[in-house]
This record gives sequence, C-alpha cells and structure tokens, in this order.
Amino acid sequence: MKINCDVNVHHLSRVEGHGNIKISIKDGQLRQATWEVVETPRFFEALLVGKKWDNAPWITGRICGICSIGHTLASIRAVENAFGILPTDQTKKLRLLLKHMETLQSHVLHLYFLAAPDFLNAGSVFPLIRSNPDVVARAAHLKKLANDICDCVGGRRMHPTRTVVGGFTMLPDKKELAGFRDRLSASVADLQATAELFSTFHIPDFSRETEFVSLKGAGDYPFIGGDLVSTDGVLKKESEYRQMTNEYMVEQSTSKWSRLSRQSFAVGALARVNNNFSFLHPAAQELSAGAGLTPVNHNPYMNNIAQLVECVHVVLDSIGLIEELLGSEWQEPRQPVTARAGTGVGAVEVPRGILYHSYDFDEAGHITKCDCIIPTSQNHANIQHDLTALASKFASEGIQDRNLELLAEMLVRSYDPCISCSVH
Amino acid sequence: MAGAAAEGKNFLGVPVYRPRVAFFELSSCEGCQLQLLNNEATLLDFLSLVEVVNFREGMSGGTDDYEIAFVEGSVTRSDEVERLKKIRANAKVLVAFGSCACFGGVNQLKNRFSPDWVKKEVYGDHPVETSPARPLEDFVTIDLRIFGCPVKKEEVEKIVAGIAIGTAIAYPKYPVCMECKANGNICLFDVGEPCLGPVTRAGCDSWCPNNRAGCWGCRGPADDINIEQMISIMDKHGFTKDTIMDRLECFGGFAAYAGQLRESLNAEDRG
Ligand code: SF4
Ligand code: SF4
Ligand code: SF4
Repeated sequence: MKINCDVNVHHLSRVEGHGNIKISIKDGQLRQATWEVVETPRFFEALLVGKKWDNAPWITGRICGICSIGHTLASIRAVENAFGILPTDQTKKLRLLLKHMETLQSHVLHLYFLAAPDFLNAGSVFPLIRSNPDVVARAAHLKKLANDICDCVGGRRMHPTRTVVGGFTMLPDKKELAGFRDRLSASVADLQATAELFSTFHIPDFSRETEFVSLKGAGDYPFIGGDLVSTDGVLKKESEYRQMTNEYMVEQSTSKWSRLSRQSFAVGALARVNNNFSFLHPAAQELSAGAGLTPVNHNPYMNNIAQLVECVHVVLDSIGLIEELLGSEWQEPRQPVTARAGTGVGAVEVPRGILYHSYDFDEAGHITKCDCIIPTSQNHANIQHDLTALASKFASEGIQDRNLELLAEMLVRSYDPCISCSVH
Repeated sequence: MAGAAAEGKNFLGVPVYRPRVAFFELSSCEGCQLQLLNNEATLLDFLSLVEVVNFREGMSGGTDDYEIAFVEGSVTRSDEVERLKKIRANAKVLVAFGSCACFGGVNQLKNRFSPDWVKKEVYGDHPVETSPARPLEDFVTIDLRIFGCPVKKEEVEKIVAGIAIGTAIAYPKYPVCMECKANGNICLFDVGEPCLGPVTRAGCDSWCPNNRAGCWGCRGPADDINIEQMISIMDKHGFTKDTIMDRLECFGGFAAYAGQLRESLNAEDRG
C-alpha cells in the first residue's frame, strides 16, 4: 500500500523551549522530515563580555531553569581552570552531591511529567493526578527529595546561591545531611517502583547507528571535568572541546549544530551509559541490563531507560558521598580567588549531556570572550537524522498520521531537549 | 485537563471559583514557570486553586480561552510582540511573570552593545533576527507584576489566591535589608561581600543573604530608596564601582540608575 502522511507539530509540547516537527510522505516516498528550532537567542556569549569573573556563574546559570546548577558548576569550573584554582576535596564532594540531585530532579521531571504521559495515553501529567495518583505522588516525592537536597547544599533549587568560584559561601547542616541520607535510602523503593512502571511501557523498536560523546570515566562514573571520549574512538582533553563539537550554522535552526566523526552525534544519559557502563553502581548496572540496556545501544528511545538507570546510580552514590562528608570535620568552605589573564574550560555532564563553558580573561579578570556549548545543540543534528530515518522506515512500512506524529514527538522527547538552553 | 482532574476547593460547602490560567514564555530560561512544578509539596494545592488550560512546557493541547495569562520572558523579536499582543487581547489579567518580563532580566545586558556587534559575536555572518531585550510593558498594558529571578513560589500562590478571591495585591515597599535583619543574618558588608539589599524590593525573604550571598537586585528597586547613599556605603567598604555597576545592571530593574552610574564612570575614565 502506498501511503500518504502529513505531520505538522508547531511548538512541540512537553519539552523545554520551542521546536517544530514537519514530516511529509507522498505515495510511500519521504518528501520531508524536519526538526526546526525557532527559539529566540538571548546572546549570553555576547552579554558576558566585559563582565568580571564573579558574574559568570551567576548570569550563565540563567541560561536554563532546569539545569541551572549544571551551568553554574560548568561556569565555576571554567573560571577556576583559568585562574589555576583546584577545588578542595570537600568542595568536590559537595558539588558532586548537588550535581547528582539536579540529575535526579531533572530525570524524574522528564520521565514522569514529560515522557510518561505518552506511554500512558495522556496529554499531560494532569489527568494522571486522578487516574494514577500513586504514580504522580511517587514522582512528586522523588523530585521533592532531590530539590530539598539542592536547597540544602546549593542554597536554592534553581539558580543556586551558595555555589561560587572557590567553593561555597556556606556549608550545609550535618544533621540535615544525615536526614537526607535516610530519605535517600528510603527512596530506593520508589526507584524500584519507577523501574517496574517503565518495564510495562512499550519502548518503540527503532535503532540507528550513532556516535556517542561524553566525559570519559577514570575510576568513577564521570560528571564534573576530565577527558572527552566518543564511541567512534575519539579521545580529547577538556581544553580541546572545540575539536569534539565542531559547531556550524544551519538554516532550519536558531541553535548551532555539531558533528564529529559522522554527520551527527548524540550526548546525554544514553551516551554516558554507553561510554561508562562499567563505572555505574552495580545495582544500576543490574537494572540497566535487566531493562535491555547494555553498551552500545543505538535506540534513541532508550535514553528514557538510561535516565532511569542514572537515577539509581546518583541516589546510591549520594548516600556514599553524604557518609563521607559526615565522617570528616568541616573545612573552610571557600578559597580566596586571584584573577589572572588566561583561558579556562569547564566540561560538566548535565542531565541532557555534556556541557562546555569557556572564557578568556584579561589581567583584571574581565571576560573578553565567552563560549557555551549546550548538550541539546549537540543533539539537534542527531535528532534530525533520527527523524529522517524514522519517517523513511514508516514511509515504506505504512503508518497513520497520528501514529507517526506520536512516534516522532516521542523521539524528540526521548532526547529531553532543552531548546531555549540550546539557543541561549 | 486540569479542570476535570483536580478537585475544586470548597468554602463552607460552596465551591470557590477557579480562574482559568495560561502560561506563556517569550525569551527566557523558563525557570519562573518551572518554579511552579518545582514546589512539589504545594503543587497539588495550587492546581486546586486554578484551572491550568495552557502550559506548553507541561501539557499537550491548550486553548485561547483563559482569564489570567502569566507571561514569562522578555521581548527580543518581532514575532514575540505579535504573540504578546494576542495574549493581551485574550486575557482579562496579564501578569508579567518574573524579572525578564518585568525589567528585561539578564537578557537586557546585551542592550549594552549594538545589535550588530552582538549578532556578529555569536553567529558571525549567519543572519539572525534580534532586537534589544525589552520588558512586556514596553508593548502592552500590564495588570500585575511578579518580581524575581526566579519568582518565589509562595508569593505566586499568594497573588493567585488574591486574584481568585478578589483581594488587592500589596507588594512590600521596604527593602531586602528589613527581611535580612529580621532573619538575624550577619550583614555581608561586614564580611566584605557586596549586597544590594539596601535598595532592592523585599518579598523574597532575603533569599540570597540567608545563604551568605549578596543580593544582586533581581526584584528591582524598593519604594523611596537612596542609591547614592548605598553607593557611598559600598565605596567605604572598598567595593569598586565596577562591582556595584555589575550588580545594579544585572536584571534591568535599576536600569535608570545603572545608566547614570555608567555615564559617570565613563566621565571619570575620560577625566
Ligand atoms: S526571570 Fe530569571 S528565572 Fe525567570 S525566566 Fe527570566 S531568567 Fe529565568
Ligand atoms: S546582608 Fe545585605 S540585605 Fe542583609 S543587612 Fe546587609 S546589606 Fe542588607
Ligand atoms: S536577595 Fe536579592 S537577588 Fe536574591 S532573590 Fe532576593 S532580591 Fe533577588
């Protein structure tokens, strides 16, 4: 049967930012499959020029409301690398704990509020409040725990206040931390229930061979700083990030696109799991394998499962981090900062993939050049190529408009795109 | 949709009216909207207070039939002006939601430069459309402002409840310092940290100073403030004009003062 099919999604819902999907199939031939990004740019890289170093984390955190902690930490790392500041052990642990909790809250938000409605046949999480109250309550519970810990460590769950170049303005209360450790232990059951829920979802069967880029683990599952790696065998230093991203401009998008060994590559939870599986907590590895996710997996819809696996990893790792923090005396929270001329790069794995900030400074510590490369902008080209492959597959197999629209929307949502962030 | 999903509130057995609300975003980080999803403890209460009929970030579908529109973000492109005017035409109450919408937010920092330079710096010769970042009130009439970057959820809930039951909205007239002192914080000036608490409108419960971080003025100026006095106090504490300037111009709420200060700085430079 020769099929005709038209999909036209304007401002896709349940993603952050503004993007459109257009697919047209005529007589079984794919005419068009396009992922358009129409977001307005805010020009962070220009508006920072001339600002003093302490503005960078405070302002660039505002690139994104969902991953403001990740941006703040990447920015701080870039400034510290430029000024030759090495964070103390305590600062590193607190930053990682904060990072973990942002990962947890962001993944839970995406899995339950943005992705799950598709699998449960709902337009949003709102009808689920009545039909699946236990599911919504569990999601709220997990998110609240993660956000409460972000408040405690970072001062504020969004646009954190305590995180500064040199360390923290203030340390968390140990009694509170101990309470959080217990709540984290108790939340493992919630994650098991989440895994059971997702095991009932039908993950679309679609694969396209893809290059995956992430930080390279060295003993630990990596989140903050280190070497860069791809499944096609590319290995670079953090400071060489531009050779990993190779940004270029396209007509269909106000966000830049990236490429490496192929026409596109992917970053995010699936890329991290694919590149660093052996560094995951054993319980997370077990869950992953049980859900059919072992490296290298090329099904983009499996990014949902990879996020779930990471939720388990960050919860268990955070329990360990809190134990270590509780087991030692508090040290000075903040080191003095002396500005100097130079360049610094900070690479951080944020929920949607690897994020880079880079700044050039003059002697007084004013920014003369700024570059931020966002995970979603690295993913846009890959989303486009996935979309083309998906539409081609169904052009020959046959499908109804509504079903193709749903599969295409779910495909884009699987990447958990942060579009306003990608344009910034 | 939310209307069918969340149970309505009752008062003495009489159902309380739930206004139909819609959320929209222009150029923003979408953080102010997320603040609503981010307060899990009270989210369900909030949803019982209003009927959410348009919230693209959280739901599919959506309608133009709403009473209260929360608009987040600043205006930086002509299509946003059109969207904003349409929302104005549909809404009974238009709320400028967060500092981007009220003052331009961090986005307006690009207005320090010429649009051509800004475009070139980020996109090279690739064509992109952008205009200086402006607050909503430069294009349409605003009924209500909710300050903050990000907005404080408790304040949003209070304001929405106020609209639902028809009480007047009163912003604190006094500065953040008042809340900070009431919270028993040590003054950051004494530990060498700059802070705009003396001139910034309260209502955030001195969010940043509670965390030993100085205020950057995200909520804009309080009533009856004395900027010159604050600048001279900061001067005495050894903060550079640069530092004061960075804070005053960060969110756009102090644009008038920041402009003056920049001019006087430039004059000194030329001096
Ligand atoms: S005011 Fe701040 S938090 Fe709100 S949208 Fe603008 S940048 Fe984001
Ligand atoms: S820390 Fe800031 S807000 Fe608090 S009293 Fe001092 S100047 Fe005022
Ligand atoms: S202390 Fe200042 S910068 Fe911080 S939230 Fe309040 S008004 Fe905004």
